[in-house]
Amino acid sequence: MDLHTLSISALQTRLRSGETTPSAALEALESRIASVDPKVGGYLSRNLLRARQEAAAADVSLPLGGIPIAIKDVINVQGDPCTAASKILQGYTASYNATVIQKLRAAGAIPFGRLNMDEFAMGSSTENSALQRTSNPWDLTRIPGGSSGGSAAVVAADEAFASLGSDTGGSIRQPAALCGCVGLKPTYGRVSRFGLMAFASSLDQIGPFTKTVEDSARLLNVLAGKDPMDSTSLEAPTEDYTRLLGRDLKGIKLGMPKEYFIEGIDPQVDATVRAAIRHFEALGAEIVEVSLPHTQYAVAVYYIIATAEASANLARYDGVRYGHRAEDLRNIQDLYIRSRSEGFGEEVKRRIILGTYVLSSGYYDAYYLRAQKVRTLIRQDFEAAFKKVDALICPTSPEVAFKIGDRSGDPLKMYLADIFTIATNLAGNCGISLPCGFAQMEGSRLPVGLQLLGDSLQEAKLLQIAHAYESSTPWHKERPVL
Amino acid sequence: MATRYIPTIGLEVHVQLKTRSKMFCGCPVEYGAEPNSHTCPVCLGYPGALPVMNETALRMTALTGLMLNCKIAEVCKFDRKNYFYPDMPKNYQISQYDRPICEEGGVPLHDLAYPKDAQKAIQHPGKIVKLVRIHLEEDVAKSTHFETSTGIDFNRAGTPLMEIVSEPDIDSPEEAFAYLSALQQILVYGGVSDADMEKGQMRCDCNVSVRPEGTTELGTKIEIKNMNTISGVRRALAFEIERQIEVLSKGGSLAQETRRWDDGLGQTSLMRIKESAHDYRYFPEPDLLPVDTRVFMEEVRKQRPELPAEKRERFVQSYGITDYDAAVLAADRALADYFELAARGTSKPKALANWILNDLLSALSDAGETIRECRVTAAQLAALLSIIDSGTINAGQGKAVFADMLRTGKDATVIVEEKGLKQESDLGAIEALCQKSIDANPKAVEEYRGGKTASINFLKGQVMKLSQGKANPAIVGEILARLLG
Repeated sequence: MDLHTLSISALQTRLRSGETTPSAALEALESRIASVDPKVGGYLSRNLLRARQEAAAADVSLPLGGIPIAIKDVINVQGDPCTAASKILQGYTASYNATVIQKLRAAGAIPFGRLNMDEFAMGSSTENSALQRTSNPWDLTRIPGGSSGGSAAVVAADEAFASLGSDTGGSIRQPAALCGCVGLKPTYGRVSRFGLMAFASSLDQIGPFTKTVEDSARLLNVLAGKDPMDSTSLEAPTEDYTRLLGRDLKGIKLGMPKEYFIEGIDPQVDATVRAAIRHFEALGAEIVEVSLPHTQYAVAVYYIIATAEASANLARYDGVRYGHRAEDLRNIQDLYIRSRSEGFGEEVKRRIILGTYVLSSGYYDAYYLRAQKVRTLIRQDFEAAFKKVDALICPTSPEVAFKIGDRSGDPLKMYLADIFTIATNLAGNCGISLPCGFAQMEGSRLPVGLQLLGDSLQEAKLLQIAHAYESSTPWHKERPVL
Repeated sequence: MATRYIPTIGLEVHVQLKTRSKMFCGCPVEYGAEPNSHTCPVCLGYPGALPVMNETALRMTALTGLMLNCKIAEVCKFDRKNYFYPDMPKNYQISQYDRPICEEGGVPLHDLAYPKDAQKAIQHPGKIVKLVRIHLEEDVAKSTHFETSTGIDFNRAGTPLMEIVSEPDIDSPEEAFAYLSALQQILVYGGVSDADMEKGQMRCDCNVSVRPEGTTELGTKIEIKNMNTISGVRRALAFEIERQIEVLSKGGSLAQETRRWDDGLGQTSLMRIKESAHDYRYFPEPDLLPVDTRVFMEEVRKQRPELPAEKRERFVQSYGITDYDAAVLAADRALADYFELAARGTSKPKALANWILNDLLSALSDAGETIRECRVTAAQLAALLSIIDSGTINAGQGKAVFADMLRTGKDATVIVEEKGLKQESDLGAIEALCQKSIDANPKAVEEYRGGKTASINFLKGQVMKLSQGKANPAIVGEILARLLG
């Protein structure tokens, strides 16, 4: 049995029985990474020496004792590089631990490795990384999705038992769908953002990438909770997210938002997702059609609010205190302009400019303020829907992984990759993507993701529904050949 | 006849709150610490760090609002004010834009708040300068410019800062002075700030314009900065008003600009011209939730202290001291507390007030100390007064004993005992000394009997000397008069 292919649960059983050790698991992982990551390109760096020390000292009785977890390069791990895949932070070392890292460590896990991503989490293909290309493990000529492309690719390629990513408009769910793993975006505020480099503060949320739904629940058990360091984290009591796993779907009502089954979806994706819905029916769930009438405005609202917040959040990268500083400077203005011009990539600049524009005097009311009002309408759409159903069911992405380079010249088309995921972030509720089949595309077999959306703080129920599907289908067991 | 010009002044005062920790992180607030020793990822604006509200700062701002009679918002929210400057770690400042904690209210000006030389000619006695608003924001770091570089000390970054904005309601530099000293007094009273301008705990920007008398439209507004004392504000405004009038009287015109006050040169000079309003792109701070002030207002109301004006009035009423004495005592909360504590131990509050305002204050000022550092406690001063009152020692001895008390911190009775200063009231002993003095000074006796009654004072002095100051002077006078009679 190759240790690196195991889920967290399976690995944990072997660790606790003494069949294997955290050190052996780490070495198995490292050798898998050494053999396949040159092709996949998911990792930016690894601190193997520290991980080996932590593995040697690990307490396997802890909830995640001795299990390495790979981290998106936007979450601070003290002593590790943290670059957000941007040139402006090349050489930057985190000086403190994010709350999620403290929680992982307290649960015995070993934060190991930094994962590639779109620069500052802006993108849907990981092509906006200024540092490295990441490929989809199912077809190395295709993108892994984004922005947490590295997080999805390494889990799908068995180069990580699990990883952390961040989801601002779909950045966990979309790459999970495109790489064929499980990606969970918790309710806004369920997981602390302290130590997550902010892209859009009111939308960002950290979540896990795993091989199974059960692993996702186990990781959320560790990550969730109120954090005094994050004022926007929710007071809600912590709960055991595995407690409903294994229950059947009798009495569960799933809603198909009609706005999410539209023309333009790849026909294979549409067919695969509809087959999954029929499977849910067979499992005893009731399927009803629902409407989220303001869906059509979600992308526009998102690109106003997210860019507005980003324009302020990214102002701190100025070359004064840390990060890239241009040379031969004439004055402070020159320092700002040249450091930022050299340090940021095209997409980041585009969004900073857009965000600056929508907040400008004279435009604020027409853009930002109006977007906030429509955001409220979108939230109300979901509230109304969740009065009728337990969860919503739809595709995660309208398409499967596309070819590297196909979209990079067309930002607008790229923005549409997130049309089914963005509204969740605007509403603040939770969502999960899990494998539901494959599409054949130009000789490649590419994963299709099924998205389940839950009401605020209804992660346990969402995981129950996802688990019922997963345990009666084979898709999550499929692995790419590398 | 030359046109008279009327100045219009509005002040923006920034006040550092006296909280233990910064506004959004746990770093201590301490003036004069080693540069960059009180910093963390939050106040340095490191990637991923988030602000957490210091509720004490909110309460202190609400308390200030209560003391200044403002309306306190039930819900207040914070906004990001965007601009790039090296002393601004995030390149946005967390501030309040459209929903400040406090609105309206005012600062009452009292006579002693005016500069000493202007107290005789106060134009609007009892004036209350109206406020626009008070909001809370974070302070920026402190930049120090060297020859070829600039150093930034982030210890100050994130200190809670109140911005108190007045209406353009001030008519003269003297009134601006009175506004600032009255405001400072109230802030210190409430314990919300030490409000020391020289330490940058209170900073003031002035907006000033002049207009010809008889017109209503305000003149071009000019902002002046960089005043480090309240009297500096007065001087800067006086200079600037003079300058503006001179430009206008010569037919010139003024541009909207910001000028820097140079206290050494005693003049303002152009800093920058305001081309257009800076676009700060304010938007609601997504990292902080709006705060419901109602949850703590009841407690804040209980913290509201008696204000200087209220104290003045009460002192006059309950202790029968003069308005002036009450005002001087009430000007300093610690001094007023000292007076009240001492008043409990004496039946003569007026005499007590005199002692405090004359002897105590001048001794303190000679020693360069404040009332807090005074070695004589209020109870000790009261005890001194009561042994003078009972005739145990005389007033002159009292002053000497007081001087010793200030030096040593000992009780008056101990000093009286140690020095054997008990006033001699034994009539026989005093009479013997009086006789001795008469016998020894026949010339003075002759003069007295010849009608020069003042000569008795010389004899009295001799008796006091013989008694080593212990004789009761009143009794000495009586006995001498009888013996010489």
